[in-house]
Amino acid sequence: MWLNNSSIGRKLVMSVTGLALILFLTFHMAMNLVALFSVEGYNMVCEFLGANWYAVVATMGLAALFVIHIVYAFWLTLQNYKARGNDRYAVTDRPKSVEWSSQNMLVLGVIVLLGIGLHLVHFWSKMMLVELTNGKEFVINGNAISPTDGAALIRYTFSQWYNVVLYLIWIAAIWFHLNHGFWSAFQTIGWNNKVWQSRLQTISLWYTTILCLGFAAVVILFGAGIL
Amino acid sequence: MDKNISFTLKVWRQRGPKAKGEFKEYPMKDISGGTSFLEMLDILNEELVGKGEEPIVFDHDCREGICGMCSLYVNGHPHGPEGGVTTCQLFMRKFKDGETITVEPWRSAGFPVIRDLMVDRTAYDTIMQAGGYVSVNTGAPQDANATPISKEIADEAMDSASCIGCGACVAACKNGSAMLFVSAKVSQLAILPQGQVERVRRAKAMVAKMDELGFGNCTNTRACEAECPKNITISNIARLNREFISAKCKD
Ligand code: HEM
Ligand code: SF4
Ligand code: FES
Repeated sequence: MWLNNSSIGRKLVMSVTGLALILFLTFHMAMNLVALFSVEGYNMVCEFLGANWYAVVATMGLAALFVIHIVYAFWLTLQNYKARGNDRYAVTDRPKSVEWSSQNMLVLGVIVLLGIGLHLVHFWSKMMLVELTNGKEFVINGNAISPTDGAALIRYTFSQWYNVVLYLIWIAAIWFHLNHGFWSAFQTIGWNNKVWQSRLQTISLWYTTILCLGFAAVVILFGAGIL
Repeated sequence: MDKNISFTLKVWRQRGPKAKGEFKEYPMKDISGGTSFLEMLDILNEELVGKGEEPIVFDHDCREGICGMCSLYVNGHPHGPEGGVTTCQLFMRKFKDGETITVEPWRSAGFPVIRDLMVDRTAYDTIMQAGGYVSVNTGAPQDANATPISKEIADEAMDSASCIGCGACVAACKNGSAMLFVSAKVSQLAILPQGQVERVRRAKAMVAKMDELGFGNCTNTRACEAECPKNITISNIARLNREFISAKCKD
């Protein structure tokens, strides 16, 4: 299959899964913003996306996207490392037009992955997982938290300062990953030319920045105890 | 007149493909700024031969930026720190007095070292043989006006065709990817009427050969276009991606 045994095919898989993940992040960010305006509204979203069949199916689809993206990421990076050969340059210099993030996508990806692990423990394991397994509800100060009370979990998680720091590092890694990844994905599909190069990079910068500010706002406002 | 400079040359010396290489330092005295980088190496080699030592082996031919034979990774850049020129067009006035200039061969699995600074770039010829040509009917030449081409298309094709196949793109790429070269070679024909007959086959065959020879997967870092002496842009790579993906979808 050409998606596996050609370089452009493998890149296309990275690109399409990456774009789908960006779309997911966009929805996720939009839903988080609800928590800034209305706790009830946010918990309604949590209930809607609890252990209902469509939310479970979507979660499995999402997990598949991640697995494919990550497996290909390691595969491609390993192949590229080999293609580079055994001897490295003694002196190297990065030209100005080369983004730092573009050369460190795997490192950034691994940080993103660690963040996802933490995030699943903080939220998913106390929400959808509890519902699916009829497991024990999470307890804060002797009060059982309903698996659909996302707002309480947000407040609890970000009341610990180190979680605020970890999440902000995570969001920064996502910013770097996507600042390159966004336009790169379009380039990989072939939707680029001399005119669109700078347009795509500008859109990339704005889109990624707005996305990450949206995520960071929830962390910071809840972390500071304002909400 | 350019003033003369003195500097230390740190050169990669390697006896053969399998031998272990190492850097050797050579002090250079009073080199005129108007000396080209390759002429400067010639001066050093004269000295070495005079002393009974082995001269430094490096590739070169036209010495005017059109053949693509010269290489050299100078101070962290293929074809040296100046943009848009080949090593043969690089002059010593671009360097500072007292500086250490590090000269390395292209380092990439696709271009193994033959000796010292010379690497084996036959992989590029092999990729060209896989499809980088057009078929021409023999017999009487057709009328020159029979195939009109717009100025924009002609310019675009000429830009892609200016690739000299030097391999700096691979040398610059952290993924050892040959995409800039292959995309320029596919582009120059894909957008001209003469290239249409083999268009679909060409994109597939050249990419397949490139992959088979072990070049890496392009991750769009843009190091290639920054270092390309002919300023080939990655818009060619986007075009190759389009050509390849649509060719595969048609299958
Ligand atoms: C929030 C999750 C993620 C999103 C939205 C995302 C998105 C993207 C996008 C859009 C690209 C560009 C694709 C292209 O150049 O065609 C990309 C590339 C890449 N991603 Fe991710 N990614 C995510 C998570 C990860 C993770 C967890 C890893 C690895 C552990 C990873 C590793 C990579 C690597 C190595 C590349 C470069 C590969 C290449 O360009 O060929 N990513 N990602
Ligand atoms: S694309 Fe540029 S760097 Fe690559 S072979 Fe052609 S001229 Fe050399
Ligand atoms: S020697 Fe021909 S391009 Fe430099």
